[in-house]
Amino acid sequence: MVQATDSTPAAKAAASVRRRMLGEFWFYFSENRGAVIGLWVFVALVVIAIFAPLIAPHSPIHQYRDALLVPPVWQEGGRWEFLLGTDPVGRDVLSRLIYGSRFSLFIGIVVVTVALTFGIVLGLIAGYFRGGIDIAIMRVMDIILAFPSLLLALVLVAILGPGLMNAMIAIALVYQPHFVRLTRASVMSEMNRDYVVSAKVAGAKPFYLMTRTLLPNCVAPLIVQATLSFSNAILDAAALGFLGLGAQPPTPEWGTMLAEAREFILRAWWVVTFPGLAILITVLAINLMGDGLRDALDPKLKRS
Amino acid sequence: MPLLDIENLTVEFQTAGGVFRAVDGVSLYCEKGEILSIVGESGSGKSVAMLALMGLLPWTAMVTADRMIFDGRELLGMSPEKKRKIVGREMAMIFQEPMSSLNPCFTVGFQIKEMLRQHTDMNRAQRQERAIELLASVGIPAPKERLSVFPHQLSGGMSQRVMIAMATACQPKLLIADEPSTALDVTIQAQILDLLRSFAHEHGMALILITHDMGVVAEMAERVQVQYAGQKVEEQNVVDLFTHPHHPYTAALLSALPERANARRLPSIPGVVPGQYDRPPGCLFEPRCSFATEICRQGAKRQGSGLGHALCNHPLNGPGDDAGEQKQRNKAGATS
Amino acid sequence: MLKFLLSRLAVLIPTFLGVSIIAFSFIRLLPGDPVMLMSGERVMAPERHAEIMHELGYDRPLPVQYLDYLGGVLTGDFGKSVVTKRPVVDDFFKLFPATLELSLCAIIIAVVLGIPAGVLAAVKRGSFFDQTVTGAALVGYSMPIFWWGLLLIIVFSGVLQWTPVSGRISLLYFFKPVTGFMLIDSLLSGQKGAFASAVNHLILPAIVLATIPLAVIARQTRSAMLEVLGEDYVRTARAKGLSPLRVVGLHALRNALIPVITTVGLQVGVLMAGAILTETIFSWPGIGKWMVDSVSRRDYPVIQSGLLIIAGIIMMVNLIVDVLYGLVNPRISHD
Repeated sequence: MVQATDSTPAAKAAASVRRRMLGEFWFYFSENRGAVIGLWVFVALVVIAIFAPLIAPHSPIHQYRDALLVPPVWQEGGRWEFLLGTDPVGRDVLSRLIYGSRFSLFIGIVVVTVALTFGIVLGLIAGYFRGGIDIAIMRVMDIILAFPSLLLALVLVAILGPGLMNAMIAIALVYQPHFVRLTRASVMSEMNRDYVVSAKVAGAKPFYLMTRTLLPNCVAPLIVQATLSFSNAILDAAALGFLGLGAQPPTPEWGTMLAEAREFILRAWWVVTFPGLAILITVLAINLMGDGLRDALDPKLKRS
Repeated sequence: MPLLDIENLTVEFQTAGGVFRAVDGVSLYCEKGEILSIVGESGSGKSVAMLALMGLLPWTAMVTADRMIFDGRELLGMSPEKKRKIVGREMAMIFQEPMSSLNPCFTVGFQIKEMLRQHTDMNRAQRQERAIELLASVGIPAPKERLSVFPHQLSGGMSQRVMIAMATACQPKLLIADEPSTALDVTIQAQILDLLRSFAHEHGMALILITHDMGVVAEMAERVQVQYAGQKVEEQNVVDLFTHPHHPYTAALLSALPERANARRLPSIPGVVPGQYDRPPGCLFEPRCSFATEICRQGAKRQGSGLGHALCNHPLNGPGDDAGEQKQRNKAGATS
Repeated sequence: MLKFLLSRLAVLIPTFLGVSIIAFSFIRLLPGDPVMLMSGERVMAPERHAEIMHELGYDRPLPVQYLDYLGGVLTGDFGKSVVTKRPVVDDFFKLFPATLELSLCAIIIAVVLGIPAGVLAAVKRGSFFDQTVTGAALVGYSMPIFWWGLLLIIVFSGVLQWTPVSGRISLLYFFKPVTGFMLIDSLLSGQKGAFASAVNHLILPAIVLATIPLAVIARQTRSAMLEVLGEDYVRTARAKGLSPLRVVGLHALRNALIPVITTVGLQVGVLMAGAILTETIFSWPGIGKWMVDSVSRRDYPVIQSGLLIIAGIIMMVNLIVDVLYGLVNPRISHD
């Protein structure tokens, strides 16, 4: 017999169930080759973001006045110290890209956290209490969803003032209705299940019921939506940066870098190509992961 | 010469866990106008064999056979274009779930007339007339009005009637009915079965009835083929099968009939049909068989026609055999 | 069907009112008052300031101002641009055809390529073609389209010199707009080469704008088709001896199109967001660029009413799509 560290049998059973579920999850997730690749790229990006100061060869904002628009190293005129070349004011593109990963991941995390938190709270309230408060919340969400997300974010940023923080707030606000809808829908479908009814009969308080009983059963669709929002947030923040309303120069945010490089588009392809490629790879990796998560978490698609 | 003659049919699926053999060397024949029933639990490959005959399996399925002759024509290796002239016209099939078997986006009339358009050279007016006639023949009231109805507006029994009307539109020589009454209410079940039987008799149409219900078999079939785990384990005419089952599996199926049960508890067959990963090396029924002996782990012997072609080393009710008592003793000896 | 339509309208009208409240309150949420915001840095005498405030009606209570604005909106008066001094509606109708032309071309590209690609990928599931479509769709779906546009400009305008960088038509051609669609107007003008020039200007922006809808539609069609192909009625169709073309192209596709129509409808919002970026990159004189310019010029009446008009258009298109959805789905149209 294996010596268990946990003493109570119930806890042991719960732990083993959780381990089995995790194992099953990983089995389905790892079956999807793209998802695993996406995961590894994402992990690499996180590592790059965390250790950016150690990895980056140069400061992201230091301007080498003697090296304006130096092409990448493999092109004629390229220099080994600037692997991916320099931008119009002599900053190292590679270093800016490396630091840029911090902003993109930060944007994704903040937007998803904010949108998820508010979305879950509102969705739980709407789905649990129903009635007038539900109608009020859902109407407001319908109104937000009536606008194209980027347009609403654009106008919000115009009002709040340009900047990364305001861009993130605007995007989070625009994304949150999706989480409200999802949470509300799963809460409503779970409300009539026997286990919820029995918890209610047993005298569980609304807050306990919502957080302990209902919420865990809404997790799967929320995770998938969160992944989707993560990559969309990166795209939208970059788009706002590109329009000059997101992160402001000299911040090495990828969208902002593209905006700065736009006028040199026909003269120096590298200042335009690499930041966009970085966005694409990041978003693609997260979307690949999201597909894998959906397959692994969606019991409908699971083969018995 | 029988209408349908299949010899040694095998269907395999390539799955993530290797090759899965759903039908294993099944031979089957059906005379003109005969009602043949294929019986077995779910997973016995009875539907798959018929789907293979119709060419309705997904492309992942590998179908092999020594011969598959329908009405004097070899279907194996026949070009898809040629086969489509037979499928639907001379050989039709209806399914277990009538509600989902009709296309929700098209009217009943369209779906019936499509069959006529495909296989006959009737003109529009003739097709309309024939469709009304067909709906009337399957006992649908107000057939003309029903033609413009969509499937979701029909009940399950009505849908199955429409399916029968559609399948018999071109007066096929063979109709395969795959659990046609299983998904329906008990009262409707009998009506659908009656309808099928009268169709078979009136039009001289052969009927292959796939079912798991011995009661349905007793009521409908003339001859019965019992399948287990993809193999044919016994084949007899219906009266003999019910009085003298030769394969222990058949006997077990029969004793599971409620009206045959003499104990207080309804007997059931312990265990389940082996799947892809727990296929026994010898006789496939051996793990669940109360008569199994050591040799059954090596394989099973095909008996002659006198013993219902039973795929069994110890067939029951053989000539001069006084039932299973001795077998029981043998089993005790083998396991000790 | 009528009940279905009425239920949609019942949701739509309050939503539109809410949208108008949001659009209206945006300017009022700003610190300072509208007149100060519009005058910008200039110093203004308090008397003059009060005068303008009164003139524009900004000194009345907010609910009164809102009702006044709403009344104007319902009669087609969306206020005046601070920059051009022209009514917002006039500017909108001048620019809208350009966006409409671009969006229509984009959605046509997306539908014409996306649906067949999705169908074929589903039919040949797991094949090389399927993997290519699935992979390409994922890349397209993840594409930062503003970068994609720049990349196409580098290749087709920079390296190959095939297409122009901006605008709707070469300056060589001039004719009065009739329909507002450059493709049609250029043909009507009868000037040689005008149509080719219009196509040349349109092609890159249309491709860029089509990218995400194309990816989404292909993905959605594929998954809808995969689901439908496993349905019993597809097996029934095959059991009837129908040709594969008819089974897939009629019986399966007809059902798969039901969810796809909703997806196509949802692309209208995506197209509007995409138009903001695409029109900015290609200097396309449409309402996307108009909104971006207005934001940078702080032209608040335009932002407010533009937001409302665009949201209104999207809601209307969604209503049309809902009706279409009901029409193609017998479960709704024949209830």
